[in-house]
Amino acid sequence: MKLIIKNGRVIDPANGLDGLHDVLIDKGKIAAVAKPGGLSGEESGAKILEADGKVVAPGFVDMHVHFREPGYEYKETIQSGCESAAAGGFTTVAVMPNTDPINDNRSVTELIQNVAQAKGAVNVLVIGAITTGLKGTKLAEMTDMREAGAIAFSDDGKPVMDSEMMRRAFEYSRLFDVPLIQHSEILELTSGGCMNEGAVSTELGLKGMPTEAEDIMVYRDIALLERTGGRLHVAHISSAGAVDLVRMAKAKGLPVTCEAAPHHFTLTDEAVRGFDTNAKMSPPLRALKDVHAIKEGLKDSTIDIIATDHAPHDVVGKEVEFDKACFGIIGLETALPLTLRLVDDKTITLRQAVEKLTSRPAEIFNLDCGSLSVGANADAVIFDPEAEYVFDMSHIKSKSKNSPFLGWKMKGKILHTLVRGKTVFKAEI
Amino acid sequence: MSLKGKDILGMRDLTEEEIVDILDSADSFKEISEREIKKVPALRGRTIINLFLEPSTRTRTSFEIAGKRLSADVINISGSGSSLAKGETLMDTARNLEAMRPDILVLRHSGPGAPHMIAKLLKSSVINAGDGAHEHPSQALLDLLTIRQNKKELKGLKVAIVGDISHSRVARSNILAMNTLGMKVTVVGPPTMIPVEIEKLGVSVEYNLERAIRDVDVILMLRIQLERQESLLFSSLREYSNLYGLTSEKLKKAPSDVLIIHPGPVNRGVEISPDVMDGPHSLILDQVTNGVAVRMALMYLLLGANLETNN
Repeated sequence: MKLIIKNGRVIDPANGLDGLHDVLIDKGKIAAVAKPGGLSGEESGAKILEADGKVVAPGFVDMHVHFREPGYEYKETIQSGCESAAAGGFTTVAVMPNTDPINDNRSVTELIQNVAQAKGAVNVLVIGAITTGLKGTKLAEMTDMREAGAIAFSDDGKPVMDSEMMRRAFEYSRLFDVPLIQHSEILELTSGGCMNEGAVSTELGLKGMPTEAEDIMVYRDIALLERTGGRLHVAHISSAGAVDLVRMAKAKGLPVTCEAAPHHFTLTDEAVRGFDTNAKMSPPLRALKDVHAIKEGLKDSTIDIIATDHAPHDVVGKEVEFDKACFGIIGLETALPLTLRLVDDKTITLRQAVEKLTSRPAEIFNLDCGSLSVGANADAVIFDPEAEYVFDMSHIKSKSKNSPFLGWKMKGKILHTLVRGKTVFKAEI
Repeated sequence: MSLKGKDILGMRDLTEEEIVDILDSADSFKEISEREIKKVPALRGRTIINLFLEPSTRTRTSFEIAGKRLSADVINISGSGSSLAKGETLMDTARNLEAMRPDILVLRHSGPGAPHMIAKLLKSSVINAGDGAHEHPSQALLDLLTIRQNKKELKGLKVAIVGDISHSRVARSNILAMNTLGMKVTVVGPPTMIPVEIEKLGVSVEYNLERAIRDVDVILMLRIQLERQESLLFSSLREYSNLYGLTSEKLKKAPSDVLIIHPGPVNRGVEISPDVMDGPHSLILDQVTNGVAVRMALMYLLLGANLETNN
C-alpha cells in the first residue's frame, strides 16, 4: 500500500533538506521525496496524509531509555514503553541494561530483542552492560552481546568507578568499535545525596550532589580515552564543568560525544522546593548557570544529541519521602515540546533540534535510521510545532506517570508516527 | 487571632505579624503552666496525634503537655510501635490516622519535606516537629520567645549560631525567622559544617568563635552529633571542643549581657562547658518551659479559626 505525505515542511538533516516536499512511502520504505505536486502521478491508489502547515521529519531516535523489562514490569514493559515512544514521535529507542536480570550477556540481549520484535511498536535497540552485574569488577561478554545485536555498552545508573576497570573497558571496546556510555558520577562525592548541592539544598536541608562529582569523572574518562582509544559517550550531561570538558576533548579531536536530557535544559534545582519527588533524578536538576551552559553546548554542538533518560517509576517509588524516592522521570512524551522551547528562545534552530533527535544519534551509534533517504525504512513523524495543549495524565501512554511537567502548557504536538510505513501513533484531534 | 495557613511547616511560611502573634499568645499561655490546676478547656473535644518517627524526649513531651493543658485528647505514636515498622508507607500511615479524624498531626521525621507531603494529603493541620536537617519551627519560636523575654526588642539583635550548621534544622528555622524579624545572624563552625552558599540565606559566616561572639546579643549553641566524626566533619571531640566549645574563658570576649541558648540535648563539656551551662547567661531551662507555651499557642491558633467559625 502506497502512502503520500503531502505539503509538509520536510526537515531531513541527513540529506540537507528543509522545505516543502511530498514524501512517497511504498512497501515500508521511503520511495521518493519531491517538490509539492511532484508525486501526482503516484496518487492513484495511494493513501494521502495531508501535512500542510506541519513538519515531517525522520522518526526520532532516543539513545537513553529504561523500559524495565525483564524484572520491573510494574513500572514499564517493552510494549508500554514503545507506545510511549511512539506517542512522543520516537521510532527508535535504545534500552539501558539495568533490568533484572541485568543485560550483561547474550541471553538477556536476545530476550529483550525477541520481546521487542513481538510486542514493540517501535524499533528497540539494546545497550549491554560494560561489567558483569553492573558491579564494576569484571568485564561483561561485550563482543558476544555485540554479535547478538547490542549497539553500545553502559553500566548506566552505576558508573564504572574503578579507573583501572574503565581503562581496560575502553581498550577492550576497540574490538567492536561502539561507544561506551558513562553515567559520570564519583559516588564518594554523592553518597546519600538526593539533589544538586547549592543554595537550594542548603536551605532545604537535603544532602547535595556536587557538580564536581560529574566533572571529575568526565575528565577521568577523557584522560583514559586519550591513552586507550575507543569511544566515549557521556550520558545526560548536566554540569557546566562537564560541558567545558567535552568541548575541550572535541577540540583535541578525541572521539567523545554527549547527550543532554530535556529536564536538564528546562528546569533548575529550584523545582525541588515543595519536595516534588518528580523533581528528583540523577544527575540532579542543577543551577541556572549549568542550564545556560547546556544550552550553549547544544547551540555550538558540543552536546551532540538530545536523549530523554526515560525512567518510569510507579507510586511506590515516588509517593514517599523525598530522600527515599527513586531517581528519575519519564521523558519520551514531553521531549518534543521541551526541545521546541529551545527553538522558541532561539537557542537552536528547528533543523538543529531535529538533527539532535534523528541524524546525529544515528551517526554516532552507526544506526540504520534517522533519515528520509530513498530506500530507508519509512520511520517518520509528523508534528505541529505550533499546537498548544496542557500536558496531563490522560496523555501519558507510559505505564508510569512520574513527570514534573504535568499541568504544563506545552507547544508542539506529535500528530502521526510511522514505523516502516505503518502508523504506530495518531493523535486524537 | 488565627493563622493564615492550615499547617505549621516552617518559619519560611510565616510572616512577621504571624510570628509576633504566636509569641504574644505564647506569653499569655505561659501563665497556665504556673497554676496549680494546669488546664484550660480551650481545645476540649479536639484530638492531637503526635507521630514521632525519630527519637525525641523534650519535643514530644512538650507537645503532649501542651495539648493536655488545653484539654485536647493527645495520642503518641513512635516509629518502632507504628505500622511503619511493618512496612506501611508514611503516606498510608497518615491516611489511616486521618481516617480517625484528628484535628492536628504533629510529625517528627528524619526526611526533609516529609511533613510537607503529609500536609498536602490531609485535611487535618500538620505541625512540623522537625524534618531532618530542614526545619523545626516550634523550636525557633521558643528560642525567639526566650530571647524576647530577656531583651526589649528582637529587631536589630545580633545572633551567633555555633556548631554543625549543615545538619541543623534548628539553625535553618532560626535563620529564616530571625531574617524575617530583622535580626542579624552569623553562623559559626568549621568549614566542613557550614553548607555551601549559606550566605544566600542572608547570614554571614565566621570560622573563629571568639571573633564571632565579640558583639553579639545571643549565642545559640548547637548540639554536636558525635557520630559525625565518622563522616569526616571534624577530627576529634577534643579539637572541636578547643575550637568551638563555649567556655567561661571564651565567653569573656562576649558582651556582659549576652544570652546563651541551646536546643538540647546538651553534650556537657563538649559544645558548652558545665559552668557556662549552669551560669547566669544560660537560658536553657527557660527555653524548655517556653516550649510548652509556644506549642500551646500553635495548637490554639491553628484550631482557633475553626472555633470562631463554628461558634
